[in-house]
Amino acid sequence: MIKLDKLSKIFETPGGGTVTAADKVTMEVPEGEICVLLGPSGCGKTTTLKMINGLIPKTSGKIHVAGRDTDDVDPVALRRSIGYVIQQIGLFPNMTIEDNISVVPDLLGWDRKKSRARAGELLELVNLDPGIFLKRFPKELSGGQQQRVGVIRALAADPPVLLMDEPFGAIDPINRAVIQDEFLKMQKELRKTIAFVSHDIDEAIKMGDKIAIFKDGILEQYDSPDDLLARPKNDFIASFLGSDRTLKRLSLLKVSDVMISSQIRVVAQDPVAKARDLMKEAGHKNVVMVGPRGRARGFLHLNDILDETGRVEEHFQALPTTVHPDDDLRTAVSRMFRHDTTWLACVDDDGFFQGFVTQRAISHALGATYRDHADHAPAEAL
Amino acid sequence: MSIRDTMNSDNVRSKAIFALGLVFGIGLMAGEKGYFGDIWRLYSEDIIYLAQQHLVLVLVSSGLAIMVGVPVGIFLSRDRVQRYSETVLQVFNIGTTIPTLAILALSITLLGIGFTPAVFGLWIATLLPIVRNTFQGLREVPAHLKEAATGMGMKPLHILRSVELPNALYVIFAGIRTAVAVNVGTVPLAFLIGGGGLGELIFTGIDLNDMQMLLAGAIPVAALSMLADYILARAQFWLIPRGVNPLRQ
Ligand SMILES: Nc1ncnc2c1ncn2[C@@H]1O[C@H](COP(=O)(O)OP(=O)(O)O)[C@@H](O)[C@H]1O
Ligand SMILES: [Mg+2]
Repeated sequence: MIKLDKLSKIFETPGGGTVTAADKVTMEVPEGEICVLLGPSGCGKTTTLKMINGLIPKTSGKIHVAGRDTDDVDPVALRRSIGYVIQQIGLFPNMTIEDNISVVPDLLGWDRKKSRARAGELLELVNLDPGIFLKRFPKELSGGQQQRVGVIRALAADPPVLLMDEPFGAIDPINRAVIQDEFLKMQKELRKTIAFVSHDIDEAIKMGDKIAIFKDGILEQYDSPDDLLARPKNDFIASFLGSDRTLKRLSLLKVSDVMISSQIRVVAQDPVAKARDLMKEAGHKNVVMVGPRGRARGFLHLNDILDETGRVEEHFQALPTTVHPDDDLRTAVSRMFRHDTTWLACVDDDGFFQGFVTQRAISHALGATYRDHADHAPAEAL
Repeated sequence: MSIRDTMNSDNVRSKAIFALGLVFGIGLMAGEKGYFGDIWRLYSEDIIYLAQQHLVLVLVSSGLAIMVGVPVGIFLSRDRVQRYSETVLQVFNIGTTIPTLAILALSITLLGIGFTPAVFGLWIATLLPIVRNTFQGLREVPAHLKEAATGMGMKPLHILRSVELPNALYVIFAGIRTAVAVNVGTVPLAFLIGGGGLGELIFTGIDLNDMQMLLAGAIPVAALSMLADYILARAQFWLIPRGVNPLRQ
């Protein structure tokens, strides 16, 4: 846990003036969560972060890390117990990857065998082959690979707390997304307490359990990403989040949040009349056809079969596309637009039909300022 | 001097040395048969004796220059003396514009004639590039490396030893190489203030207009500077860790 209590930093400028880089910042990062410090350049994110590990001495206020007042801890010992990742990565060019990863374990006097074995394990964690990379030098790695090593180096001595200053800022967008996903997967297992600086709203939404928005050294709002997007406290925050903030919420919600689980389905051998009756009964305009074991195979549209007879297999159309319940709503909406449809069938990893999601249900979920309304989303559009 | 500049000057230097060797080689073939054999027959004892003196002068003065220059460069690069170090280096830079012969002459006024003033004068001439490159090499180590090191809980001395020095080593080494080249080139002058060395054969040869005696001094001096530079170039290649050695990819 990281706790900041009225934390302030006032820099003296060479001209004799002062800059308040952090102004009575009070916030708490709960155990095992990622808190993103977000805001425009120069708003005091880095200063706040560096006061936590004492790289910048605070002017006033209190800092607690893992239950201890940092004033009572030797700064060197404190830093060895906190993982630190910087935007420039900061791998030491003169050391091999193995030695770079083992810097803190070496400082802590770990047995060499243990620290080097750990370096190998950590490399595997980020999908880098230890056999290839342990003995390499940083300059022999790509930017993305270096970034990964920078992150696992901070994890080497298994610190409970991590400080990350724009850790993925220096890589191209495609690689960044991959590393972000990797890191989130790791964090699911590791449950570190993380303060994460970013100036990128999309990154903050993706990575943060909580987001702290700063302006001129003042903490303006501290909330979960969804609450922040749904209810920005003032105009500065609203404009920083962007006019498309409602759309941004799409990536926070999953298909399963608005999916209507459905047992209504037909199989190929069913008579068309049965499909018609099912749709009329449920008030739906479409029904999904499944295979013998429940895999989604196609669908029937009510208007197409109003006067038809015969079996379903003679009339069904292929599903233009499907979504997975774990996909985010952004993916779902983009597929709907691409295929010009107002609903999508949801299928699991093995292709089994789970339910459906409709445009109405999505806009209803976004329109609701408070969450949980999605459960009662209407299904008429289907 | 940035790393790229030192690489370029390295390149230029090794080409110059090659050209020099070529000229000597041609001279050797063009000379009368037995000419060089004659020199060796006449002066071998002198050459061996004076070459030893010469080597001692080189090793003592450049050894002392490294032992003093590197720590001074380190000291000047520390943050807390940063305010004064630029001024100190300006003085050092002005120092390099004084011809080494003048430095040698000045050291007579301080220490008289003989081995000691010769070593002192050579030491001064050698010191400057070492201090300058050590300082510059250390200041050029990116700030974020030091920040990462501090942030992970390294102490200042440890950072100097395991981060700053290794990353500055290439530039420091380039300074040492320049310094030794200056040193070896200046040592013949040491004879003029009573320091001995192969300069004795060269200058006496000039005085007596004795070409053979002059060459008996000049050829070993040239060979020695090529050898010194070769040894240092090899050392630079092998001693600097691969991760920070632009010569080893
Ligand atoms: N060492 C310093 N001396 C004076 N002012 C500083 C210093 N470091 C940062 N500042 C000022 O403090 C403010 C916050 O800086 P910083 O925390 O780096 O912002 P951010 O990381 O959010 O971009 C800026 O106005 C910056 O100019
Ligand atoms: Mg910053």
